Amino acid sequence: MRYAMAIDTKKCVGCSDCVVACQAENNVPIGFCRDWVVEVTDGTYPELELENRSERCNHCENSPCVRCCPTGASHYAEGGIVLVTEDKCIGCSACITSCPYDARYVHPKGYVDKCTFCVQRLKNGLKPACVSVCPTKCMYFGDLEDPNSDVSKVLKTRKHKTLIPEAGTKPHLYFLI
Amino acid sequence: MIKENENLERIAKEIMRPVGLSKNFILWMSFLGVILAASLVAYAIQLQNGLTVTGMRDYVSWGMYIANFVFFVATSLVGMLITSVLGLTGISWIKPIGRIAEIIAVAFAAVAGLVIVSDMGRPDRLINVFMYGRIQSPIIWDVTVVITYLTLSTLLYFLPLIPDLAIAKTRMDHCPVWLQKLYEILSVKWGHTTEQYKIMLKSVRILMVVIVPTAFAIHTVTSWLFASTLRVGWDSTIFGPYFLTGAFVAGSAAVVIAMYVFRSSYKLEKYITAFHFDKMGKLLVLTMLVYLYFNINEYLVPAYKMKAADAKHLHELFVGSHAFLFWSVQLCGLIIPIILLIFKPFRKPVPMLILSIVILIGAWFKRLIIVVPTMEEPFLPKQHVPHEFMVYTPTVIESMITIGTIVMAIMIISILSKLFPVIPIWEMAEEAENESEHKLNE
Repeated sequence: MRYAMAIDTKKCVGCSDCVVACQAENNVPIGFCRDWVVEVTDGTYPELELENRSERCNHCENSPCVRCCPTGASHYAEGGIVLVTEDKCIGCSACITSCPYDARYVHPKGYVDKCTFCVQRLKNGLKPACVSVCPTKCMYFGDLEDPNSDVSKVLKTRKHKTLIPEAGTKPHLYFLI
Repeated sequence: MIKENENLERIAKEIMRPVGLSKNFILWMSFLGVILAASLVAYAIQLQNGLTVTGMRDYVSWGMYIANFVFFVATSLVGMLITSVLGLTGISWIKPIGRIAEIIAVAFAAVAGLVIVSDMGRPDRLINVFMYGRIQSPIIWDVTVVITYLTLSTLLYFLPLIPDLAIAKTRMDHCPVWLQKLYEILSVKWGHTTEQYKIMLKSVRILMVVIVPTAFAIHTVTSWLFASTLRVGWDSTIFGPYFLTGAFVAGSAAVVIAMYVFRSSYKLEKYITAFHFDKMGKLLVLTMLVYLYFNINEYLVPAYKMKAADAKHLHELFVGSHAFLFWSVQLCGLIIPIILLIFKPFRKPVPMLILSIVILIGAWFKRLIIVVPTMEEPFLPKQHVPHEFMVYTPTVIESMITIGTIVMAIMIISILSKLFPVIPIWEMAEEAENESEHKLNE
């Protein structure tokens, strides 16, 4: 099993519903977020291009954060999800500095927190909170190894990219372009 | 071998004179104690509320604390440079200042371990590092080498001190009784026999050799905490030697300051002479030139290519928001002192003291300029975040804790230098003996 997410930048309207859903589902402290939306503009007027991206942890296959964790609090869980064991984490921030995507933050309680692909929902057969609330249905989630999953199907038909592939982390957050 | 004669009598008397608890010393320690207490209050507030009381936010999660940690590790390396590298190559002018370098090494290495705890979000879980430690993590390498280096430095400080304690214990009527007892215990029945000296000198020699790779490891690994990430400004292959050479600059400056303070407040002008300052000045020029070489490598090569991410980072450093600090550090902490110290009048004690203070302050800010600008330059765009997320500004609490760690190091140095002879008596006596024999032969 290999969980992955694909986000359609052509469909995303940048409403940040995914951010709010995540904060509510995961009880994210005020002032922090596990996912966020950016609007990247390219070109010069009048030939402008705008890309809306909902970004979060890329659940990399070769994660620098798991590699550098001194206590093993950061680890790979089933399906390649990168998780942090709260009570093992000493809050040294080594993973935060090593993450090229800035997907992690120090929780006010001292440990490091990040996107979990909503493992608690996956266990009950539900999709992550962000995917389930998207008003334009621009997010696809599923098992890459299952050819019939939403994410496999859409990646087969659409052109896509990952962010900062040159970092060599093998990210599993795909952006449809 | 130490002979009981007038030479030894005179030297022991002069060096042991400032040892003990004087009124000024107690005043000085109370002054430091008050600052330390204030910083402990600041730390209590941080424990209560977490790292949100610092200026560190989502993007900048390593700030002043980590810069301070690097500074402490760096300064502690001078013990290795002076006692081992110069000691093993048979340079004799380091004899009176070797112990000062070792005191600085012990104090700074000990406090470095505490500084890193101040940066932890959950210091109560420090035990996890030992329970679940993963050898793959650079943090674990750092913990290991800091502990090893501290142990070796303490041994290297203590072993050559034993003969002095034995010499001193009969000459300390002016000291409190508990200190006399402490000397009695610590001097471990030292009887000045040839065999004892042989064993001690051999152990010291082994330690001197072993501490060289340990010291290299401690600072190289500290640099790898940064270099093993993918960030611009840190993603560099020369970070190890770059940090190591910088460490020698900071440490040598610290030794010069300590030499000056001990010499004037303990009246040791006879032992720490203008000659020693002159030599240390030359050593500073050498270490700073090597450091300058690595600085040029570190900044010129990426600045020549101007890769997209590097260009943004270097722009911030050279002409952007960090330009003032960057150029002040490079000019005042490196280039101007190099030029001045080449000239002999600037290697006299007082100008050396002033220049060393400037160099040491520059060295502290240099670490800040390595840590913070990189953290402010992530790969992906920063959007829709509050201003304090974009720019790192240290808070009062954070600065107080940092000042507290510096005070703690000064306290350790003060205690070690005030309770134990700061200059090796037996080595000085040996040297005086050799000199008088030399004169007789002539």
